[in-house]
Amino acid sequence: MFRYAMRRLLVSIPTLLAISFIIFALLDLAPSDPTANLPLTIPPEVREKIRASLGMNEPFIIRYLLWLQQFLVNEPLNMIEQWTGWTIGDSENRLRVISWATRSPVVDLIVERMPQTLWVVGMSYVVAVLIAVPIGVISAYRQYSWFDQIGTFVSMLGFSIPTFFTGLLFIVIFSVWLGWLPSIYDTTLVVDSWDSFMAQVRQMIMPTMVLALANASQISRFMRASMLDNLNQDYVRTARAKGMKERTVVLLHVLRNSLIPVVTVIALGVPTIFGGAIITEQIFRVNGIGALLIVGIESADIPLVQTLTFIFAILIVLFNLIADLLYGILDPRIRYD
Amino acid sequence: MSLAEPTTRSAADTAAPLVQVDDLAVHFPVYSGLFRRQVGAIKAVDGVSFTVRRGETLGLVGESGCGKSTTGRAVLRLYAPTRGRILFEGKDIATLGEGALRRLRPRMQMIFQDPQASLNPRMTVGSIIAEPLDEHLRLSQAQRRDRVRSLLDAVGMNPAFADRYPHEFSGGQRQRIGIARALALDPGFIVCDEPIAALDVSIQAQVVNLLEELQARLGLTYLFISHDLSMVRHIATHVAVMYLGGVVELAPRDLLYASPRHPYTQALLSAVPAPDPKVEATRRRVILKGDVPSPANPPSGCRFRTRCPIAEARCAAEVPAFRKLPDGRQVACHFAQ
Repeated sequence: MFRYAMRRLLVSIPTLLAISFIIFALLDLAPSDPTANLPLTIPPEVREKIRASLGMNEPFIIRYLLWLQQFLVNEPLNMIEQWTGWTIGDSENRLRVISWATRSPVVDLIVERMPQTLWVVGMSYVVAVLIAVPIGVISAYRQYSWFDQIGTFVSMLGFSIPTFFTGLLFIVIFSVWLGWLPSIYDTTLVVDSWDSFMAQVRQMIMPTMVLALANASQISRFMRASMLDNLNQDYVRTARAKGMKERTVVLLHVLRNSLIPVVTVIALGVPTIFGGAIITEQIFRVNGIGALLIVGIESADIPLVQTLTFIFAILIVLFNLIADLLYGILDPRIRYD
Repeated sequence: MSLAEPTTRSAADTAAPLVQVDDLAVHFPVYSGLFRRQVGAIKAVDGVSFTVRRGETLGLVGESGCGKSTTGRAVLRLYAPTRGRILFEGKDIATLGEGALRRLRPRMQMIFQDPQASLNPRMTVGSIIAEPLDEHLRLSQAQRRDRVRSLLDAVGMNPAFADRYPHEFSGGQRQRIGIARALALDPGFIVCDEPIAALDVSIQAQVVNLLEELQARLGLTYLFISHDLSMVRHIATHVAVMYLGGVVELAPRDLLYASPRHPYTQALLSAVPAPDPKVEATRRRVILKGDVPSPANPPSGCRFRTRCPIAEARCAAEVPAFRKLPDGRQVACHFAQ
């Protein structure tokens, strides 16, 4: 398994390099101008100088290689220095990936935004899994029952209604009409008492539930389908013939086998947590990664967008590998050697 | 309804009936339309009666889809019977509650057709065999391990295989594991549902010999379901022939193979090739016309009349009684003498 993982990691290096090149090329080909958001009073010559100072006049390949060096060499070195307090080489003049719009290092921006995203989006994923698995199990066990019909209906709603609609609907109902929950997520809130903890919970409820509904409807369908696949298998009949309790049959025999494909689906969905829910974060004003990406795109902040997108790509490749390894751990029939 | 007196084995005459099935029916509802209303039923088993005495083997033969497996599963209450009585050791298990049935399960077991599908792929062989022990007995760790090892030994497998997974074995070995699993709780009665159909011919003999040896050693009673007429002739003491959900002829083995009375049995036996080339050259096959009718809508009167070479008007009007002939056999045909 270890050698397989190592081999996969090595193979992913050229993949990721190709991805980074494609992202860079796409962003470069897109007609955007980082000075476009500046006041109209700034004369064209000055704009030209600003562009030159950002390095935009260098040839494409130079800019790409510089970014690669900054992201793959300088940033990790900088991170090691910060963790250990050492000084490695000429750390004063080492160039980091700098955001054009904010003039601060991109990685610092991401570190700043990550907690909000992990709390809200990550929590929504946990909630989604906790809701989806029991619903999928019961739906399959009582196929075509009322529970299953309602579950299917709600899943279809969750599937088909985009989060920007459910988000606004939630705000209208729970913030405007009922006034129970705040519609804006307050990042400055410091949790240090029971009251502030409750305030944090209340502001998390709506964005979390909006995302959880969308995720849960997907996962519960996978869970249901996978359970149905297994419920009619001979080994389930064997378990019943052994005289096992029905609970044991369903939870130990059927569920454990059904979870194999579902765990993979869940693992593959994890990178989207880090990607943040771009639209949902926008609606509830959660200033997480998704909101950062939107700001970057709006201001043509190419280093920021490039770096964020590339980090998403790394996560996707990584979690693909993790999903494959999980398969090997969960299913004894699969061996990587 | 009692079984015909066997002519060959006098010991069985005095043996008490272990399993007695009376007018057993299993219907599967058919749903259709917008609201999934029940529009009919597949009459997989319809009015089957037989008795299996202690130490005997009843062979249940018939073509695919005639309801052999359904009968076998219903006898163990793995399917809920629609109608009829199933007396096991004098107790009617057709109406037994879940808990009482579960406590009875150790006494009656099943060996499945597909040795791959009937073993949980995520459990080791040892835990598959030990699971019913944990459920029904109080054993110490050591006792439990010894029991698993002796069971594996009893079916001719290396006891060290207990820690392996089912997929690591060949089909014949898996079927041995399935037999060891069925034997775990010392059952008196085992339904063998085509236990050799999925195996190589060379392995079939091994498994059948193992079953016979275990029967002699442990005093087991078998309901042996198969479509292999020569194998049934080898292992069974009595044979029941099924057609379209009903038993058409039930007789001691030698009587049935020597002089089949029902036209369907005659057709079926005429399809068995004889090993002696001289006999084989004179073998006259009775070729049946047409297909098996749908069990959702069986023909009126005698089920076999649509394909019967000797059918008359009476056959469509009158259901033939499952009557006993002077030589002890039971036949469901108006013309059998």
